[in-house]
Amino acid sequence: MGSKHFQPTWRVLCSDRSRALATKNGKISHASDGESLGIGIRVLADGAWGFAASDDLSRAAVEGTAARAVAIAKASARVKQQDVRLAPEKPVTAEWTTPCQIEPFTISVAQNIDLLFKIDSELRSVAGVTMAETNMNFRREEQWLVSSEGANIHQTKYSTGVGYAAHAFAGSEIQKRSYPTSYGGQWQNKGYELIHELKLVENARRIGEEAVALHKADQCPEGTFTIVLDDAQLGLQIHESIGHPIELDRVLGMEANFAGTSFLTLEKLRKLRYGSDLVNVVADARQEHGPGLGTFGFDDEGVPAQCTPIITNGLFTGYLSSRETAHAIGADRSGGTLRAEGWNRLPIIRMTNVSILPGEEPLTLEQLIADTDQGVFMQTNRSWSIDDKRYNFQFGCEIGWEIKNGKRVRMLKNPSYSGITTEFWNSLDAICSRDEWTLWGTPNCGKGQPQQVMGTGHGAAPARFRDIRVGSAYKGN
Amino acid sequence: MLNRNKAADVFDRIQRYSTADEVEALFYAGHSSLTRFANNTIHQNVAEENSVVSVRTAFGERTARATTNKLDEESLKRAVKSAEDIARVQHPDPELLAMPASGGKNYGAIPSRHFDETAAITPEQRAEAVQKVVSVARKQKLTTAGIFSTAELVEGIFNSRGLNDWHTQTSSDISVTMLAADSSGWQKANSPNVAHLDAVALAEIAARKAVESASPREIPAGKYTVILEPAAVLDIVGFMFFDFGGLAILDQRSFLNNRVGTKIFGENINISDDVGHPLQSGVPFDGEGMRRQRVHLVEGGVVKRLVYARATAEKMKKSEHRDKVGVVEPTGHGFPIPNEMGEAPMNIVFGASTDPKTVDQMIASTERGLLVTRLWYIREVDPYEKILTGMTRDGTFYVENGKLREGVRNFRFNESLIHMLSNVEEMGTPVRASGEESFDMVVPAMKVRDFNFTEVTKF
Repeated sequence: MGSKHFQPTWRVLCSDRSRALATKNGKISHASDGESLGIGIRVLADGAWGFAASDDLSRAAVEGTAARAVAIAKASARVKQQDVRLAPEKPVTAEWTTPCQIEPFTISVAQNIDLLFKIDSELRSVAGVTMAETNMNFRREEQWLVSSEGANIHQTKYSTGVGYAAHAFAGSEIQKRSYPTSYGGQWQNKGYELIHELKLVENARRIGEEAVALHKADQCPEGTFTIVLDDAQLGLQIHESIGHPIELDRVLGMEANFAGTSFLTLEKLRKLRYGSDLVNVVADARQEHGPGLGTFGFDDEGVPAQCTPIITNGLFTGYLSSRETAHAIGADRSGGTLRAEGWNRLPIIRMTNVSILPGEEPLTLEQLIADTDQGVFMQTNRSWSIDDKRYNFQFGCEIGWEIKNGKRVRMLKNPSYSGITTEFWNSLDAICSRDEWTLWGTPNCGKGQPQQVMGTGHGAAPARFRDIRVGSAYKGN
Repeated sequence: MLNRNKAADVFDRIQRYSTADEVEALFYAGHSSLTRFANNTIHQNVAEENSVVSVRTAFGERTARATTNKLDEESLKRAVKSAEDIARVQHPDPELLAMPASGGKNYGAIPSRHFDETAAITPEQRAEAVQKVVSVARKQKLTTAGIFSTAELVEGIFNSRGLNDWHTQTSSDISVTMLAADSSGWQKANSPNVAHLDAVALAEIAARKAVESASPREIPAGKYTVILEPAAVLDIVGFMFFDFGGLAILDQRSFLNNRVGTKIFGENINISDDVGHPLQSGVPFDGEGMRRQRVHLVEGGVVKRLVYARATAEKMKKSEHRDKVGVVEPTGHGFPIPNEMGEAPMNIVFGASTDPKTVDQMIASTERGLLVTRLWYIREVDPYEKILTGMTRDGTFYVENGKLREGVRNFRFNESLIHMLSNVEEMGTPVRASGEESFDMVVPAMKVRDFNFTEVTKF
């Protein structure tokens, strides 16, 4: 089991504990705890991969799972073009834990529910709110990674997520506002302190009022305009139009049947002008980047967390890579991005924290709007879609504001924008500075077969884009 | 693998450990394998075994759930305690019902969905099938990617009022993408019985699509007559069925708010939920153990009925909407309690056309239009008009004067489902279809006029 042709990777998740609480219209709509424990064994045999996982941790079952992984690898070897080649990595023995000020599972469920009900009550105190939803989620994931190369790594990761939404149905429209952002709110690798930081109750009434006010707002016009995106929407824009296309497995065709491929073919590295000079993007899994859902000590191949420059002053400079794919870009080491959803899934290339760096000149959102003669400010994602090579995208937002002569002059409903990835990023002409920058969490990124859901991080600040197509989503309907 | 007797033993222990008024256990277990290939190589190949028990406890009007994949005494006790601890601190919910003592009306016999041959498929057999797919690719100078997966799964429910039910089934999926320099083709099939899947046939169709759509031409976006193959129909219509639950109406989040009983689709649209249909798959009971009923959701374009979990039906009967939503009764479509969504129909069967057409016949009757193999990355733009956006993918063709002319670059659509299902000119015979954006269902190919494409992408 230790020869150079046979490299098992043992991966155990122990005490993978989760708690999910949710309310809807003044009632508990979800209340559950979960635990999962098992072993996943990845082996390289006859130059091909095999993976087997089991919840049975008895010695006999683990040996059987290992044997199954080897048999699978040998079957894989029947259909191969060449042997798998791995970039070298010095094995380490290490411990790593998410910095966590308040262990979330020490906070009583009663206290959590009281907070959610307080928010729910604020939302529903606004006449016209027809549905209020809140959610709170915690996870503690403990992992031992042991490989025949000699790695022995123990990591414990905490994550917390919280958010809420107000829906308003009237006439022939359903409008919605969410906080801190949509689809589950904000998620970070933090403890309960995240809940304290977000001013949840303080913002609830405003969110309810905006959901109702949208019914009286004008429809966002269709045309080509300057747009300003809030930091949460820009985070999702990064996820879809930078984070996915830079995944080297997509580029190499390994995801062609499901998630798709990428327009970022290999010859574009260090040649393609991805964005304007103001666009600087990194994939940074290190703790110093912040408590993102893509922050860790080591990836699932035992490669330490790294910071990879992805776009440097607008130039495309890097991919997300693994030990198997690094050679394709001439790298002698993996970028450290191979992660699995859990013990029962094969690790694959995933985004870490793919973030745009804030502008270096001081610039607040209000200053950015004051500097804009005419345009639309869009906040909070409502819909997102992009083609399977990641060229053409369309995003809808929950709320828009017309900007005229440097001021927000009226609310606009159903704002949307669309474009082609590189044209869009080349149209960025201003981005706010560090004080406006937030590391957002995307907890629901789907990829792989069987599909795996992974958390990723995206730091972003509000930014301005010129000559963007607005309103196509409603064109013709 | 976990069987009904072992699960009953586990449930006995859970009951002994619990101090709650009522207790329920849901079991999910099985083994699954998936062989994945790309670049004409098997690059990922996985197998998994797991057994999960999800325990729900109830104290009067309070309930909560805890889940574990360890069935030893300590783990079960911890799960029971977690479920009880969370339940005890809930605010009382007067609408929470006592657990059911039986699953209610029996649907009748459901075809067996367990096939020994499928359960016993080996990695070597999957590799052999992949090798044949790769051979098809090589013959056409194409590159292939895809999956071949099989599984044997059980799902069961027990509660302290004596209800218990159990379901065993197998499943198999083959999906094939064929890639050429500037084009691609795709096919996917799914069945409880692997003998019904033909990897080579799927590969040959995908290869033909890749070859025939080579050098795609860009044509302008706009409204076109489209011929949607069954997988494309499945993936787009799947976005409306979560609105067919009673709770969606009570929450006022459904596009059917104020529309049940009205004709919103074309007369030729008939839709049922029917777990027992011979082409359907899945579990014949819901998250509380209620037996799924056959429900005619849409008849002649009119939304006739919704589906209901027990509690939703009770709530609807007391609501202002009760006279406007058709028959209100539990239909066996509830999700495990507690949940946000209530219920949804998950075994969709579209009614057959009185004059079904093949895709070739639809092409032959089209003066100017598009043939769409597959839709991708579909998301909801407008929840009440049910406007969806998404892309075409892996085989989009221009049709002119009754002939397939050439491949075209892929489009973005922004189309209302209400509009689309009002404009269906022709339909095929419904088949079991499988996609990536929605659950499997029984749907026909459709020819739809004025389908709204708003943008063209670069390939």
